[in-house]
Amino acid sequence: MSWLARLRAIGNAMVGMPSYDAYRAHMAATHPDREPMDEVTFFRERQQARYGGKNGGRCC
Amino acid sequence: MTKHLPWIALAIMGAGALGVIATVRGEPINALWIVAAAVSVYLIAYRYYALFIARVIGIDPARPTPAIRRADGLDYVATDRTVLFGHHFAAIAGAGPLVGPVLAAQMGYLPGTLWILAGVVLAGAVQDFLVLFLSMRRDGRSLGELIRMEMGPVAGTIALFGAFMIMVIILAVLALIVVRALAESPWGLFTVAATVPLAMLMGGYTRWVRPGKIGEVSIIGFIGLILAIVYGQSVAQSAVFAPLFTFTPVQLCFLLIGYGAVASVLPVWLLLAPRDYLSTFLKIGAIVALAIGIVIMAPPLKMPALTKFIDGSGPVWAGPLFPFLFITIACGAVSGFHALIASGTTPKLIASEKDAPFIGYGAMLMESAVAIMALVAASILDPGVYFAMNAPAAVLGTDPASAAAAVTAMGFPISADTLAQVARDVGEHTIISRAGGAPTLAVAMAEIFSHLFGGQAMKAFWYHFAILFEALFILTAVDAGTRAGRFMLQDLIGLVVPGFRGSSKVAPGLIATGLCVAAWGFFLYQGVTDPLGGVNTLWPLFGISNQMLAAVALMLSTVVLFRMKKDRFAWITVVPTIWLLACTLTAGWLKIFSSDPRVGFLAHADRFATAAADGKILAPAKTMAEMGRIVFNDRIDAGLSAIFLGVVVAILVYAVRTCLIARRIDRPSVTEVPPEMVAAE
Repeated sequence: MSWLARLRAIGNAMVGMPSYDAYRAHMAATHPDREPMDEVTFFRERQQARYGGKNGGRCC
Repeated sequence: MTKHLPWIALAIMGAGALGVIATVRGEPINALWIVAAAVSVYLIAYRYYALFIARVIGIDPARPTPAIRRADGLDYVATDRTVLFGHHFAAIAGAGPLVGPVLAAQMGYLPGTLWILAGVVLAGAVQDFLVLFLSMRRDGRSLGELIRMEMGPVAGTIALFGAFMIMVIILAVLALIVVRALAESPWGLFTVAATVPLAMLMGGYTRWVRPGKIGEVSIIGFIGLILAIVYGQSVAQSAVFAPLFTFTPVQLCFLLIGYGAVASVLPVWLLLAPRDYLSTFLKIGAIVALAIGIVIMAPPLKMPALTKFIDGSGPVWAGPLFPFLFITIACGAVSGFHALIASGTTPKLIASEKDAPFIGYGAMLMESAVAIMALVAASILDPGVYFAMNAPAAVLGTDPASAAAAVTAMGFPISADTLAQVARDVGEHTIISRAGGAPTLAVAMAEIFSHLFGGQAMKAFWYHFAILFEALFILTAVDAGTRAGRFMLQDLIGLVVPGFRGSSKVAPGLIATGLCVAAWGFFLYQGVTDPLGGVNTLWPLFGISNQMLAAVALMLSTVVLFRMKKDRFAWITVVPTIWLLACTLTAGWLKIFSSDPRVGFLAHADRFATAAADGKILAPAKTMAEMGRIVFNDRIDAGLSAIFLGVVVAILVYAVRTCLIARRIDRPSVTEVPPEMVAAE
């Protein structure tokens, strides 16, 4: 990972957004039969999962 | 042996720095001594203690983690260790490590520094690391589920209930800090209020214009924030607009309660998510800037090492050093709330077991460094300014002259002119009795940042920048916490009324949200109307509850050590557990039963109830109704302390029982997911 890519990945991880590329790679490797979500759907799905679910607790 | 040489050198350096801190008296020492001592302690603790614990619990790099076993590209993703460190640190570091040390500075910088360092190495980081490990070995389950698995369903339910009550207190105390910082401050309130439409704009942008471009939208948001701070000054100076943004604490309290209720039922992409982007990046940026600023400025500490208030007579919070210092500084030394985070998303993202010490122990050391910086920041202020900002109005009066006289009488000479000048420098009408830690920290940050950039002229900007940064992530926490509290409550009520569960049900969701807001709103209102500033009452309750949750997490870890047949090493968790139990049980007991009305809720209630029965009205109450409310609030607070004591004692009983059972079994009896288990798909 270049340092810029790493910085970006850290920034995304800080707000709970996993890598879309990693998701595509996972889907291609383990579920080639399924249609993966497109990037926008993935983003919305992850946003809802982080903030709408039970993991909303932030520390004091 | 040679591999230890650099560490021995580091140890000598750290010991030297600590030696300076410990021996220099009467003359100011430089903040860098504390920073150097802290960094040495952290590095050595990580290199030796964290890796020792990793060996004890049998960290196994070959064993698949949940992220490998259950990989789904969404919740379970094997993540690079530095990236995951960022995720975990951003989740654990909040207002706690910034506020607690500032409040603790009333006893001088030495007790707080020593507790932060000893606490994090032996208790806080150990807890974070072990809970992360436990959850990682159990498919990333949550703390409540872990307790249920290892200690039984009753203990699990008690812990869930305790966690909900802690959430309520945390939300109330955080909201109270915002109220104290923004009351009668049109500049501050305008900038914070501006973040709501700004965040909605960002929400629309990430929803429709450029979905997923978090970095881009955050930069736009950041520019908006800077503009809000700049124009906030014009608003504060305008005869037309300033009154629109000037509110009393009580008005702000109701605004916040209404805000919490509405914000927590809005779609997450509209307000919560975009504001979380802003607040997270601002928080990390401000922490980094503060670290750089302290190192470059190398300020001397003006606060004495120890003040006379170690006897418990301090104006900021009441109670003697033991146990109250150890509950005042929770986050940064040991924070039970982290157990909820370490058993949340992080264990599902960890790529290899060997990353666990770095993430669990390391991120907590980093948070401890933030606490040290906050303590340093509070200590570079003139003690006179510090006490004028943090003592209650009941002690100080409301104008610079009375405050200067009162603080000078405490033994910290300060002139009324200086107090008025500090307020003018930061662009506020007054800085007197701005309790809660955030404004004090903001004055200190303005001092440090303006030294780096902009000089005197930029002080007011930096002050409001610091207030905004704290208020922003506190409001995000209030919003996110209300949502999390709602689910906890639904789960709890669901135990009795099964139909109440389910995250998508509308009516139970609204009822639970309403109950949650009402619960923290009650304590917020009580804090806001408390003549002693509220922080006095609520912060100890928060500290006690947070440290009790830490004790619960450490008891869980102890149980697991026994069930792993690692009895020989149980001291790793038993020692900090005993210390936390001693602090919290003593503090809880004193808060209920102390005969000193400044400390004990019941003694305080009795004083007011007796006076009321005689038809007398005691200051600060002005009417009989207020007298009645003070008595009522005190009794509620005493009851709440009793609940916390009950929770922790119940868990203790279960923990001891489970450990004894585990000792009688001659093989490990933990309920880990076996290493050979593979994913279903």
